[in-house]
Amino acid sequence: MAHIKLAQNKVAELKEVCKKFNNDKGELINVLHAAQSLFGYLPAEVQEVVANELNVSIAHVHGVVSFYSFFTMIPKGKYPISICMGTACYVRGAEKVLNEFKKLLDIKVGETTPDGVFSLNSLRCVGACGLAPVVTVGEKVHGRVAVEDVKSIIEEYKNDKE
Amino acid sequence: MDKIKLTIDNTLVEVEKGTTVLEAAKLTGVDIPTLCYLKLEDTAFENTPGGCRMCVVEVEGRRNLAPSCKTQCEDGMFVSTHTPRVVNARRTVMELILSDHPFECLVCTKSGKCDLQSLAQDLGIREIHYQGEKSTYKGDESPGIIREPEKCIMCRRCETACNDVQTVGTLSALYRGFGSVVAPAFEMDLDHSSCTFCGQCVAVCPTGALIERDNTWKVMEAIMNPKKTVIVQTAPAVRAALGEEFGYEAGTLVTGKMVSALRKIGFDYVFDTDFAADLTIMEEGTELLERLNKHLQGDKNVKLPMLTSCCPGWVNFFEYHFPDMLDIPSTAKSPQQMFGAIAKSYFAEKMNIDRKDLVVVSVMPCLAKKFEAARPEFAVDGDPDVNVSITTRELAQMIKSANLNFDALKDDDFDRPLGESSGAGVIFGSTGGVIEAAVRTAYELHTGKTLEKVDFNELRGFEGIRSATIDFDGLPINIGIAHGLGNARTLLEEIRAGKSQFHAIEIMACPGGCIGGGGQPYHHGDVSILKKRQIAIYQEDAGKPIRKSHENPYIQNLYKEYLGAPCSEKSHELLHTNYFAKKKKIEIE
Repeated sequence: MAHIKLAQNKVAELKEVCKKFNNDKGELINVLHAAQSLFGYLPAEVQEVVANELNVSIAHVHGVVSFYSFFTMIPKGKYPISICMGTACYVRGAEKVLNEFKKLLDIKVGETTPDGVFSLNSLRCVGACGLAPVVTVGEKVHGRVAVEDVKSIIEEYKNDKE
Repeated sequence: MDKIKLTIDNTLVEVEKGTTVLEAAKLTGVDIPTLCYLKLEDTAFENTPGGCRMCVVEVEGRRNLAPSCKTQCEDGMFVSTHTPRVVNARRTVMELILSDHPFECLVCTKSGKCDLQSLAQDLGIREIHYQGEKSTYKGDESPGIIREPEKCIMCRRCETACNDVQTVGTLSALYRGFGSVVAPAFEMDLDHSSCTFCGQCVAVCPTGALIERDNTWKVMEAIMNPKKTVIVQTAPAVRAALGEEFGYEAGTLVTGKMVSALRKIGFDYVFDTDFAADLTIMEEGTELLERLNKHLQGDKNVKLPMLTSCCPGWVNFFEYHFPDMLDIPSTAKSPQQMFGAIAKSYFAEKMNIDRKDLVVVSVMPCLAKKFEAARPEFAVDGDPDVNVSITTRELAQMIKSANLNFDALKDDDFDRPLGESSGAGVIFGSTGGVIEAAVRTAYELHTGKTLEKVDFNELRGFEGIRSATIDFDGLPINIGIAHGLGNARTLLEEIRAGKSQFHAIEIMACPGGCIGGGGQPYHHGDVSILKKRQIAIYQEDAGKPIRKSHENPYIQNLYKEYLGAPCSEKSHELLHTNYFAKKKKIEIE
């Protein structure tokens, strides 16, 4: 991972968040939630700021970040792809669809392509079981996705580089 | 205090309310096996996560087995500690732990000293019924400490040492489930982390997951090289613990046998770090008096209290955690480094040896000394003042490898001139010793009077933070002592807040001082071993004909022939150092 320089104004904002929680180490998880919504993810540099502000060790902060699956240290892609692995989607072949995405994007679940365009995740049920298997890209829902459709879905967004 | 009566293995016991079943059993002489559990009496160390389930017992009326370390005694309780059900559960727990543990015992550094291994042997595990994936992690080979997380059993003892006792905050459990590991943040190398290399994690690790970097072969290579003159220095705490590796009772002094063994191993000269400890007192004591006198003359800029700087774990600690206070510790180098600097200048010149052909080996109770020896500021043109540092444990290993019968070794004396020391140099190995040694010299230098009573019992002891006021002929000197970095932090924060009343403070990173160092023979949780070593150190001091550093004739000679006076220009060049703010930017690969 390359070094990331955090924007000074964002760091100031993060420090404000910590202050809002009285720089209380007991509020670490709440602070991290706020930090993740601020930055989209929790890079080491953000964790370092939080550790300094709350006066806890950076190892402790990383321990918490790496324990809870909600927290991520990897920035999401411009187009975050999520494959529903809920029961209905799963029985209708979601796993094969997911594997096709992994193969074509050459990343694992939870990762982001090096160009930062796509990230891949699985989720449980988006409430559209009638369209199973379901893939969401950002806010958009793709229904009844077959393995053969995966390539064109990726192309659709790849070409959409405004 | 409320008393509670319960039955353990058919014996009626009365204990105070709040006692755990494990503690109550111990009182009746029943030893329940433990693995993750570790309490070090009279220190802040208490690791009771209740995680490993090795200490389970059967409690009548309860459906499940109870972890005795986490179960408080109740009135009328009926406990059985070794029913077939209990033994079977312990065996299952052990097999499950071993199912994700490398079978490298034959070549593991920890073999023979490993709590996991000996417990598995006690339980008679001969087969693992659980097969499956084994976890793999990123390892770490720093100059002082090697991490092999595959051997970690997640007992969390190292985390307790690092966070609760030392307040260093390097290690934490990361990730979750099967992938969890105890490591520095982002699994960065210890070298890049806040680690002080105090080695207290190594001292309490029950397996080979945390061990020292083995430098013994480097030493052998130097000895085998005919072009090199190889000299060795031994720290004071080593002689009080080395015997334990050869079956001697803790606290047995083996100074003479140690010297004899080193000579047989092939060192050209066997010297003593205690000599350099005397030298440290000359420099540090003089510096203290200089600062005190300035303070007494009303100089507002003079920094007091002065902190000792012999302990490299402590130096690493303040460089990282108190970078705003780098001008408070004494600038005197540690005895290890003073020895190296003098050996490669004064001694090399005297013997007409090129410093590059002189190899200085140190035997230390310490892992941070390996780090200290490798610091770039302690080298001349890339040639380090101390080439290799090994621990007490590594020396024991070398003696065993050389097939020396330690018991049969005759007592030998150190070589001259760098092997002569006073009793003041010896007590450096115990908490309170450095400051006592400094007081013995500073008193006489300041008052011009002879100190009749050289034993300062008020400075000795095992309490984490101690203080005493010493009368310098009408001038009261307030002295503070801390051992364990958590205790050091307390005193440091007082200074930062401007509340410290002390003129001088001695700080040692490890419990008990160097006698409890991370490179010493493993104590396996028995603090009485550390106390016996401490007694041995003071015993060695009491038996010395010279008890004050400034009376060491070889030290006097060194100043006359070479250095001039304490804190002279030459002394500053060779024997003093600077400190560096160490907080590094997070580095991720």
